[in-house]
Amino acid sequence: MGRITLEGVRKSFGSIDVIHGADLDIEDGSFVVFVGPSGCGKTTLLRLIAGLEDVTAGRILIDGVNVVGVPPAKRGLSMVFQSYALYPHMSVRGNIGFGLKMAGLPRAEIARKVQAAAATLNLTDYLDRKPRELSGGQRQRVAIGRAIVREPKAFLFDEPLSNLDAALRVQMRLEVTRLQRHLGTTAVYVTHDQVEAMTMAHRIVVLNAGRIEQVGSPLDLYRHPANLFVAGFIGSPRMNLIGQRAAARYGAATVGVRPEHMRVGRDGAGGAEGWAGTVSAAEHLGSDTFLHVDVPDIGTVTARCIGERDIVIGDSVRLDPEPDRVHRFDRDGRALP
Amino acid sequence: MATQQTQTLGRILVAPAVVVLFVWMIVPLAMTIYFSLLNYNLLNPGAESFAGFDNYYYFLTDPAFLASLGNTLVLVGSVLAITLVLGTLVALLLDQTVIGRSIVRLMVIAPFFVMPTVSALVWKNLLMNPVSGLFAWLATAVGLQPVDWFAQVPLLSIVLIVSWEWLPFASLILLTALQSLDEEQREAAEMDGAGAVSSFVYITLPHLARPITVVLLIETIFLLSVFAEIFVTTGGGPGLQTTNIAFLVYSQALIQYDVGTASAGGLVAVVIANILAFFLVRIVGRNLEA
Amino acid sequence: MARRSSTARTLVTTLAAWIVGGIIFFPILWMVLTSFKTELEAFAMPPSLLFFHWTTENYATVQSRSDYLLHAMNSIVIAGGSTLIATAIAIPAAWSMAFAPTRRTRDVLLWMLSTKMMPPVGVLVPIYLICRDTGLLDTRTGLVIVLCLGNLPIVVWMLFTYFKEIPRDILEAARMDGATIGRELVYVLLPMAVPGIASTLLLNVILAWNEAFWTLNLSTSEAAPLTVFIASYSSPEGLFWAKLSAASTLAVAPILVLGWFSQRQLVRGLTFGAVK
Repeated sequence: MGRITLEGVRKSFGSIDVIHGADLDIEDGSFVVFVGPSGCGKTTLLRLIAGLEDVTAGRILIDGVNVVGVPPAKRGLSMVFQSYALYPHMSVRGNIGFGLKMAGLPRAEIARKVQAAAATLNLTDYLDRKPRELSGGQRQRVAIGRAIVREPKAFLFDEPLSNLDAALRVQMRLEVTRLQRHLGTTAVYVTHDQVEAMTMAHRIVVLNAGRIEQVGSPLDLYRHPANLFVAGFIGSPRMNLIGQRAAARYGAATVGVRPEHMRVGRDGAGGAEGWAGTVSAAEHLGSDTFLHVDVPDIGTVTARCIGERDIVIGDSVRLDPEPDRVHRFDRDGRALP
Repeated sequence: MATQQTQTLGRILVAPAVVVLFVWMIVPLAMTIYFSLLNYNLLNPGAESFAGFDNYYYFLTDPAFLASLGNTLVLVGSVLAITLVLGTLVALLLDQTVIGRSIVRLMVIAPFFVMPTVSALVWKNLLMNPVSGLFAWLATAVGLQPVDWFAQVPLLSIVLIVSWEWLPFASLILLTALQSLDEEQREAAEMDGAGAVSSFVYITLPHLARPITVVLLIETIFLLSVFAEIFVTTGGGPGLQTTNIAFLVYSQALIQYDVGTASAGGLVAVVIANILAFFLVRIVGRNLEA
Repeated sequence: MARRSSTARTLVTTLAAWIVGGIIFFPILWMVLTSFKTELEAFAMPPSLLFFHWTTENYATVQSRSDYLLHAMNSIVIAGGSTLIATAIAIPAAWSMAFAPTRRTRDVLLWMLSTKMMPPVGVLVPIYLICRDTGLLDTRTGLVIVLCLGNLPIVVWMLFTYFKEIPRDILEAARMDGATIGRELVYVLLPMAVPGIASTLLLNVILAWNEAFWTLNLSTSEAAPLTVFIASYSSPEGLFWAKLSAASTLAVAPILVLGWFSQRQLVRGLTFGAVK
């Protein structure tokens, strides 16, 4: 139906290895997000699945069939590009229907399917317009329409929301998620934005420098990051990573505590554990308060409080991590149980 | 996009152009080299004999060669100087606010699109004729003696005609380059206290350095082969005064039918052009991201 | 320079620009005016600018000589033919270099450009002899082939630059939509490349129309295009200025019109991208 499996997939450009042996199992109907910093290989991996690049080694199975060597047109996948890649000389109708035309469907059927897809995406009024007459959000929906109308085995998304402004991005995030849940088609989604990853995915694949660091559900990754990289990547603001003597007290090379798991108290109150320091920056958003605290021998520690707190720059505070929310990492950056 | 399939297809598709150009360049060039080593006169076909480097020797020591080399240098150098200086001035002028600028542009660009034979004959007859030409009338109108252009200053006459033909090219290129100069740079310079002249010298001129070089090299390459204008006005004369290398080779090949010497001469021309092409290709190459 | 100019300054620059433009354009204007004069008027001193007896007799004379139409036809066939054939060879090559580049692609492209920089005199002798011996001297075919090869590098180069401007994603999207390479070309690439192809055709037709080395040397009468026909006025009989002007105007007018539309292509095509 739409099950994708990667076995030992490697990709090199010349002598440079971009993907080092990726193994992954994507279940049918699931929404899987590839996330990672720029250059980590997530887009390359997506393009390997699409067939727009050739693998150097390994197998890619779609519903059990190895598609390495099969051209993109024959893999039964649809892709939504970051720049939407709409055909500028065709109308919205033409754009959405192009894939069906290539498949040789009869015109009446193409018309019917295009109409249906347009209705799902609220594009019915724009069917006869050209891409240049549409706004960014509308173009994005046309790109999605083009992808869904072919009823592919899986959707591939390459950072589709990064060209939209912030407000639109939030809205489209919801729409895309809703659409995928409704259609039940497998989706592989690439983004560098971990908020998108956390809100949209069934499972997240964290990539770094061509390697898969961890695969798991959003909360899995949040609660149990497998290594320092995942710990520092997932969660915003970033997890506080503290080393040396403070970590040694916990029996680890590095410990990590998320800002939201830091209890903040005025100096003098609270227990003997924890760290004391001076507030060097305070961000009051109303809904949250972010405090950046200079702790001697440790550095700057970020703490997040819910709601308003009347703590300002220069105040002395004490930070207490919630005991069962301290992550411990060994010398190689791997999580300790 | 760089899958195996597309790459193989790509190689096949580029082949015809490459093959065709290769043949076009290599075969005649090889023949030219071959002929240059022969004593071959079209009036005496069949009487060819091997001449080794004699042809090169004769060609290069022939006073006609030195004269034509000198003429070529004068022609190319003068046209370059005139078109670059005037071209820069015209470009600067057109970069200003001008009402009806597009029409002025049309007027400035037009000469480039006139075929060389027409340019040459219109200039020679309608303008430069010492009796009834327009220049003659202008001269007498201010009390001067009309110039008999092609008799007194034949090379200068050719220079004028060719400069007129190529001024639009230089102007257009330099104007395009000027218009790509970031407005903000100029404003920053103004904020920094630069006057019009300083602004020109320190901001505009460096920005134009690259396009000026390009114009220089491209014009040189084409100016080395100026032919039609000479063919149609002076036939290289009087004497050798308007013979450039291109015309010299032509006259040896198709007037004297001395294929051997003409071939040697042709190769000399190719060598000179290659040296210049080397530099141009380097500059262009830097722009390519293939 | 969209500076907030004072009106005075604008007037000065406008006046200066028009004067300069006028001077540069003047020979062409003069030629057109002369074409409407009688031969006697054309020779008359002092020359009259506008107030003379306007006549179209020269145009009639020039056109009634069947030569003229033959030569015009030759120009059309040779310029058009050579450009179309060059474009046909160049489109696949440019596609390949733009979308399936290899490490050699850059070198190949530069090499192609370098063949254009070779002075034609260098191969005058062999080309002339080859044409003579294959019966292609003074034939349209011969000239079409020679001009086609001469302009091919520029055509390839220009198409390459236009193709490169087409976003890669859109072609990939076509592939994901199930198009084979052939259909990708026909349904997506070519429609998007039409303006670029048209511009390339335009500039190269102009260059081929005005070509005056091979046309002068490889044709005499049968296949002679307008460049050669005009050249025949260099050793004329009797008064000929007005007729020369009329013939020249006819030869040059269409190109002037086309040239106006191809300014940007001129920059792109002839500076090999070194100027943006």
